[in-house]
Amino acid sequence: MTPKLADISLNRRFRFDASRPVFALLALLLAILVVFPLFWLLFYAFSDSEGSATLANFIALILDPTVLRAFGIAILMALGVGTLATVVATPMAWLVSRTDIPGRGVIRTLVLASFVTPPFLGAIAWEILAAPNSGVLNDLYRWVTGSDGALLNIYTFQGLIFAIACYTFPYVFTLVANALDRIPSDLEDASAILGAKWSTTLRKVTFPLVLPAMLAGSLIALLQALTLFGSPAILALPSGFHVITTKIWSYFQFPPQLGLAASAAIPLLLITIFLLRGQKWILGRKGYTVLGGKGTAARVTHLGKMKWPALGMVGFVLSLTVVLPYAALMKAAFTRNISEPLNFASLTLQNFNFVFFEFSATRLAMWNTFLLGILSATVVTGLVVIISYVVIRRSFAGSAFLGTLATTPIAIPGIVLGVGLFLSYANPSFMLYGTIWILLIAFVTLGLPAGYQQMSSAMSSVHSDLEDASRIFGASRLKTIWLITTPLLRTSIVATWCFVFIATIRELSATILLTTANTKLVSVLIYDLNESGNLGAISVLGIMLLSVSFVVVFIANKVPLMSSNRLPLRG
Amino acid sequence: MPWKMPVAPFPKAAIASAFLLVAACGEQAVAPELQVGAGPYTLTPELIEAATAEGIVSYYSSLDLIVAERMAAAFEEKYPGIDVRVERAGSERVFQRIGQEYSSGIYNADVTDTSDAVHFAYFKNEGWLAHAVPTEFADFPADAKDPDGYFAAFRADLSVIAYNEQLVSADEVPTSFADLLDPRWKGRMVKGHPGYSGTIMTATYVLSEALGWEYFAQLGQQEVMQVQSSTDPPKKLALGERALQVDGNEYVAVQQQMAGVPLKIIYATEGTPLVVGNAAILDNAPHPNAARLFYAFMFSQEAQQLNSDTGGVRSFHPSVVDRNNRPTLAEINLLRSDPDELGPRLQEIKTRYEEHFGT
Repeated sequence: MTPKLADISLNRRFRFDASRPVFALLALLLAILVVFPLFWLLFYAFSDSEGSATLANFIALILDPTVLRAFGIAILMALGVGTLATVVATPMAWLVSRTDIPGRGVIRTLVLASFVTPPFLGAIAWEILAAPNSGVLNDLYRWVTGSDGALLNIYTFQGLIFAIACYTFPYVFTLVANALDRIPSDLEDASAILGAKWSTTLRKVTFPLVLPAMLAGSLIALLQALTLFGSPAILALPSGFHVITTKIWSYFQFPPQLGLAASAAIPLLLITIFLLRGQKWILGRKGYTVLGGKGTAARVTHLGKMKWPALGMVGFVLSLTVVLPYAALMKAAFTRNISEPLNFASLTLQNFNFVFFEFSATRLAMWNTFLLGILSATVVTGLVVIISYVVIRRSFAGSAFLGTLATTPIAIPGIVLGVGLFLSYANPSFMLYGTIWILLIAFVTLGLPAGYQQMSSAMSSVHSDLEDASRIFGASRLKTIWLITTPLLRTSIVATWCFVFIATIRELSATILLTTANTKLVSVLIYDLNESGNLGAISVLGIMLLSVSFVVVFIANKVPLMSSNRLPLRG
Repeated sequence: MPWKMPVAPFPKAAIASAFLLVAACGEQAVAPELQVGAGPYTLTPELIEAATAEGIVSYYSSLDLIVAERMAAAFEEKYPGIDVRVERAGSERVFQRIGQEYSSGIYNADVTDTSDAVHFAYFKNEGWLAHAVPTEFADFPADAKDPDGYFAAFRADLSVIAYNEQLVSADEVPTSFADLLDPRWKGRMVKGHPGYSGTIMTATYVLSEALGWEYFAQLGQQEVMQVQSSTDPPKKLALGERALQVDGNEYVAVQQQMAGVPLKIIYATEGTPLVVGNAAILDNAPHPNAARLFYAFMFSQEAQQLNSDTGGVRSFHPSVVDRNNRPTLAEINLLRSDPDELGPRLQEIKTRYEEHFGT
């Protein structure tokens, strides 16, 4: 045996290992992905049209009361969303994770459905439901009460907070539910043994234990709200106010004011970095939550008579986020005019006919959307498998740096990346703007951090024995990844792929700045149609987008290991 | 390291000077370059064959989506094998798209139309338009055509006040823009946005000239629902979301009437903003023959009549019969705008508008 092994290692020493240049290239690629757009963002922000250094853009922004107002409103809105999402999601997570509430699986599925729903589509559905005069719910209210007022008005600051929270609360839900699933019940048992009532235990033991997860979740929700473009553009503009993302978008009206767009994006970037630091700090302290970590089963609280009110509350929340909006889209899809009553006479397939046979943009947008979804998902998954391998197995000196590079884009909000990429690649010398490649770059950059987080945690749970064996017998690193690591991790790989695919087809904040007529996506098509008030066509396209998403989620869920508690941090 | 701007996608100075130039040249705007064969072109079998070989025409339009797709379908039926790709957005958005694409060296658009005449002065001045005079132009009055043959008025539009009869009682029907400042209209009105729609941009400009910005300052206090496209206010009236539109396309209101929605149109006593919607072929059109064929079709009596009959679109074509029951342009007190005056003021109008309406 011994001489044979020596031969092998001798062989290896003289064989060229292709993996090193590949990894070096990878590091370069990641660096370019992040550094290039940020460089141009800073360049445009700090220079005038002649290219000389100036602070004029920032001064112009500070002196413009409409910009300050947009920032102020956006921050208040984000705080509102963070609070509302946390208040709603935390009790739900506790009910699902720690009580015997009926239908826990269904509840988790519907929360996942809220997560999968593109926020802009949810916002449009809520226009149909709660526009002050034509909203279906307001009609119902008037019919029931005989009043001629409106119960709800979605075109308000509060309405906007509500419509965004509907699709960001899953972040809080998932983090808190995961924390509750993981916290061993020793401390709670101790509390119960010492005679505390369940409510006391909940308040004094369980709640403090999940507090870090709650705070971290609310920060994510807040951040999502702050950097979201679609929902504010749909709901805030009609009531006459801007948030910062819509303000940035308005700078792209021709002739574009790129310096102002770049400098308005920078505070958004800084706030994001700051909040993510905060989140890391909070989650970093959660060490004590696994105190005494014997893997005892989580303690289940029996709700008894409280079961039904609790179920009622959860049902109410989920009907607001999923059931009613989907019903509204269905109604708009199958009627000519959504204010018509729904009966056999008003049913029509006209909207479907228009979208699939008359509307010339549909086919191209669908093709682009699915092509980009598949490409981004495949590229991101491929990249994160290799990066995770290199980082987890410490293949090279300084390989951890690759992991840092892959996580960095998490601090770049979609719209900021959109501005950065536009500034970098709209330049004719690159020939990237106007192609799907610029969108691919955007989606890969946005998908990397979450993909990497998922993949690296999966990979650290797989021992390196089998890979070592493969390497000892002479396989190169790349061959080892392909033949050994990938099959071992196939469930996580499928999950990551599906997640990036869904995140791609629902993206709007970066897409809106990077798309052209030839590279239009369904998300942008829906946004355009909303601007000209074609609700029927929007609903048909929206239902199609949702159907595809659910098929993908279904496939992902068919793969064991990807339970619904694997929702990653970034959308 | 000195701060040196490489090739900036959109040199601001150049754009500003272009607007100045447009303003300065005024009527005697000089054509950047006259192409060979500057005379009218006819639809020869060779042209049709070449167009069919190209197979696609990319049409950047601000026309209401349903009308645009219907016209495209009529073209596709007449010339099988040529696919019309309608890229529909508000005029200002179309302008933004073409501007961004041309500045980045992307030549995707074949034919465009917008309802902001300023755009065509700008495009022409940049040298972005192709010289194209189909024989169909012969029927059009001289003031509906660019004297140099780069664009022509594809449609006439009016930005009108309109209301839903079910939501407005007979005794409160307004007759003028001034009436809309009455407190009774607070929270009941909807309007489009000049940053998105060329129709609203033009209307805002002529009304600010006729009534002063003070009018908009007061209107801004009326809790007006702000939509983007000028095609949207009539749809919001049809939904019953608002009772009255301050501005919006007359032709889309007419379409709603055709669909049985009880909309009534008002031609205000102060005047009704006339919006000239030009069309042109882009200079770097990727499908130049299909573009010429489609462009000629757009101005044909056939297409113009179709748009009038099914879409309520007004035409400058003398032999188009307006079968919609409404006054002719000559019978309406029109507020006309001069694109040379408006051009340099686009940004100022958007800024002042935002002061009063928030966005």
